[in-house]
Amino acid sequence: MTYDILATDLTLLAPELLLAVGAMTLLMVGVFIRKDETAAKWVSLLTIGLLVAAGAAALFLVPVAGGTAFRGAFVFDPFALFSKVAICGAAALALFLAGPYLKAERLARFEFSVLVALAVLGMAMMVSANDLISLYMGVELQSLALYVLAAFNRDSLRASEAGLKYFVLGALSSGLLLYGASLVYGFSGSTGFNEIAIAVGDDPSVGLVFGLVFLICGLAFKVSAAPFHMWTPDVYEGAPTPVTAFFATAPKMAAMILLARLLYEPFGNAVDSWQQVIWIIAALSMAVGAFGALTQNNIKRLMAYSSIGNMGYALVAVAAASETGLWALLAFMILYMVGVIGAFGVILAMRTPEGMVEEVDDLSGLSQTRPGLAWSMTGIMFSIGGLPFLVGFFGKLFIFYAAVQAGLIWLVVIAALASVVAAAYYLRIVRVIWFNEPTQKFVTAPTPVGLVANLSGLATVLLVPVAAIVFLWARGASIGLI
Amino acid sequence: MTAIFQSLPILTAITFIPAAVAVFLAAMKFMMRAEDSTWLDRNARGVSLMTTLAVLFLTVVLVMGFDTSNPDFQFYQEIPWFAEFGLGYRMGVDGISVLFILLTNFLMPICILASWNIKKRVTDYMIAFLILQTMMVGVFCALDLVLFYIFFEGGLIPMFIIIGVWGGANRVYASMKFYLYTLLGSVLMLVAMVAMFLQAGTTDITVLLETEFAANLQTWLWLAFFASFAVKMPMWPVHTWLPDAHVEAPTAGSVILAGVLLKLGGYGFLRFSIPMFPDASVLFQPLVFALSVIAIVYTSLVAFRQTDIKKLIAYSSVAHMGFVTMGIFAMTELGVQGAIFQMLSHGLISGALFLCVGVIYDRMHTREIAFYGGLVHRMPVYAAIFALFAMANVGLPGTSGFVGEIMTMAGTFQVSTWTAMGAALGVIFSAVYMLTLYRNVVFGELTNPKLEAITDINTREWIIFIPLVAGTIFLGFFSTPVTDVTAASVNQLISDFTAATTAAAN
Repeated sequence: MTYDILATDLTLLAPELLLAVGAMTLLMVGVFIRKDETAAKWVSLLTIGLLVAAGAAALFLVPVAGGTAFRGAFVFDPFALFSKVAICGAAALALFLAGPYLKAERLARFEFSVLVALAVLGMAMMVSANDLISLYMGVELQSLALYVLAAFNRDSLRASEAGLKYFVLGALSSGLLLYGASLVYGFSGSTGFNEIAIAVGDDPSVGLVFGLVFLICGLAFKVSAAPFHMWTPDVYEGAPTPVTAFFATAPKMAAMILLARLLYEPFGNAVDSWQQVIWIIAALSMAVGAFGALTQNNIKRLMAYSSIGNMGYALVAVAAASETGLWALLAFMILYMVGVIGAFGVILAMRTPEGMVEEVDDLSGLSQTRPGLAWSMTGIMFSIGGLPFLVGFFGKLFIFYAAVQAGLIWLVVIAALASVVAAAYYLRIVRVIWFNEPTQKFVTAPTPVGLVANLSGLATVLLVPVAAIVFLWARGASIGLI
Repeated sequence: MTAIFQSLPILTAITFIPAAVAVFLAAMKFMMRAEDSTWLDRNARGVSLMTTLAVLFLTVVLVMGFDTSNPDFQFYQEIPWFAEFGLGYRMGVDGISVLFILLTNFLMPICILASWNIKKRVTDYMIAFLILQTMMVGVFCALDLVLFYIFFEGGLIPMFIIIGVWGGANRVYASMKFYLYTLLGSVLMLVAMVAMFLQAGTTDITVLLETEFAANLQTWLWLAFFASFAVKMPMWPVHTWLPDAHVEAPTAGSVILAGVLLKLGGYGFLRFSIPMFPDASVLFQPLVFALSVIAIVYTSLVAFRQTDIKKLIAYSSVAHMGFVTMGIFAMTELGVQGAIFQMLSHGLISGALFLCVGVIYDRMHTREIAFYGGLVHRMPVYAAIFALFAMANVGLPGTSGFVGEIMTMAGTFQVSTWTAMGAALGVIFSAVYMLTLYRNVVFGELTNPKLEAITDINTREWIIFIPLVAGTIFLGFFSTPVTDVTAASVNQLISDFTAATTAAAN
């Protein structure tokens, strides 16, 4: 009997088990390969394989019906499935981008890939968390791996600073999260989401709401939403570029999904208590993202503000508190990641014979020196900015749809106006690429970098006729959560 | 026979052939070595010209097959696209939109020919123009809100690049201003569109035309759409992006900007504001009248003080668009017919005027009025052509400009005497600035020694001007080919509008 329950539980956990066992095995594999570079190369390849396998396991190994495991602490539903596949995909792409960079910067150590795998394990736990304890465990596993990744270039002052900053502020946010969790536990008498939902009922006590606000603040750190965004530009700038590419995609998805689940499931009946909080955070994020990026010259800092702004849009979908909001959120995150990973591909291709450059002005005249990258970056920028006719537009369109449906008309107006301000800096990149004369020529980009950048650029256009599929998947994944 | 013809996806073909050729050119460019790019540049012109001519031919076929007695949408085509979410790829034309497609595709080959001397990155230039053509035609064909918005805003991207890469000295500022200004207007329209989508449950324009929105909601929706169309139009006081954009844009860019992009706003009013929000349109009629008259009078006066020829014509465009908004919001059959006529006629005339500026700019590389003078001594043919279009711009009887102005004014007169009188004042002012410009540039003694060697128009420029001259004069004498096409649809628009407003009044 016990054996049966354990077997069902473990089946639901197949992707996580695969990742955990795989990461530890790869750690051993790396140790046994003598040469650093060879080890890094093989472990990186194997990790990409591992991530793909984890995604496939989530898709095919886990029973479609899903269910909960470990007395409800862990849940596997279509929502979690969708997010896990997306996270594994994004992480695999980021790792694919990282190889040539790490080699060129003499950072090629196999621990990098293992850390990514462990971070993904944490994220997979996050999106399946159905209990405050498993929530905290997932967040911490992810964060610890990310702290190390941010400071992976330990000889660089900037990277060390980024790592330290991220760690200190991350620790603060964990503190907030824990404090909130303990309050919620204290006032509801349980850590399980289902039990909390019962305790919340239709009229949550002040203590529960108090705890919830702390939980929201802690998670807002993780999604880098204003006013908890301060670490983002520094960490994005200081961390090695492939790590930044990773930061900008998978962890954002995981934290956003966790936040949505937390708000929709245990606190689903307390919409009135949290909607205004999310409203303010969303509006602030969009404004900070739009205005903050205007004066940035470093393209990684600019992308940091861009991600703050875009997380603001995602939060608009969360604030809608409806099933429409959920699928709009999922689809938006996917379309956003499709663009962002390509943008970092282009940033990774910005290498002159002297080394990496990361000023916006270094892109001058890219349309003449590297037309392929220039077209891709143009498409990606317009797409991330949510401007028609590129695919990113649909992500924003349906977020607006969900929010107007929920009656958040002023939030949508703010979002629309912020997108105009944001368009100014996306246009600035396009302007530099097209209108300026070239000042330097980049060295030929390594194959993975060029491939990811160009495929992402193509996707922003080619996905337009078939983007409905993404939305249909997202809608299928959101049924039953609210 | 007609039924089969009507069911062919001809609108899709007309819309997307240019984009397909653009993709082809882009693919060629990437696959080719850098050494061969001159070869590609040389052929890109010819390919683009052939494409635009083929599209023009298809458009003529379309207009021939258009049933003028039918006020509904024709050549309707629907393909599932986001169907589960209420969206769809829906294309169709009625009497209001079909002639704008003809105008766009008529101006495109002229633009390509006018750009024959572009030396810088020719292939990229042609790609941008072809994509722009797809977007412009798409706006007039789209029968789905989201599709409309995509085409409406998508056209900004190629125009942004055209002004920014091939424009004049201050091009970066002008292109950014152009993009952000128009985007700011349009995002509010997007919010309104989402609200309409939720109300009606679909983005199908044919359904939305039948949907009745609550009066309170109409006001907000109308204002949001107005923000977008007024900027596009452009109406005073949100017209300031236009002179900058015109001055910096290359000649062909100016032609498209004045000839087609400014018409998107007027088309939007006719397609959305009037039929979908009739009560709000009545409510805001005085506002639009006031803004139109201010635009006509004020920008005419501003035009008079310009030292740059292009800027002068740009301001004159704003004034002429004032007639259009006035005619549309008169909401009489004559006024709306006149507004459509005026838009088509202005598309020819202002396009031709920008081409006239382009002719001397190509030779002398300046647009300062003071630089020129006495051109008639060296360029008699040019002087004659310029004279025709200057007169057409003033609204001289016998040119298309006259017909449009008289119709809009007569249509408005039936509703508001004072507005029509204010507009009539503008006609006088337009004569003042246009004749002054013409005298300063063409007549007088040839005092500037640099002008001694200037040559008259060449064969290519002849070819460019002939269709425009013919069109302007033809429409000046025979307005019925246009009004016949638009009559049925405009009639239905006005009768639906009257029915809706009387129902609301009761």
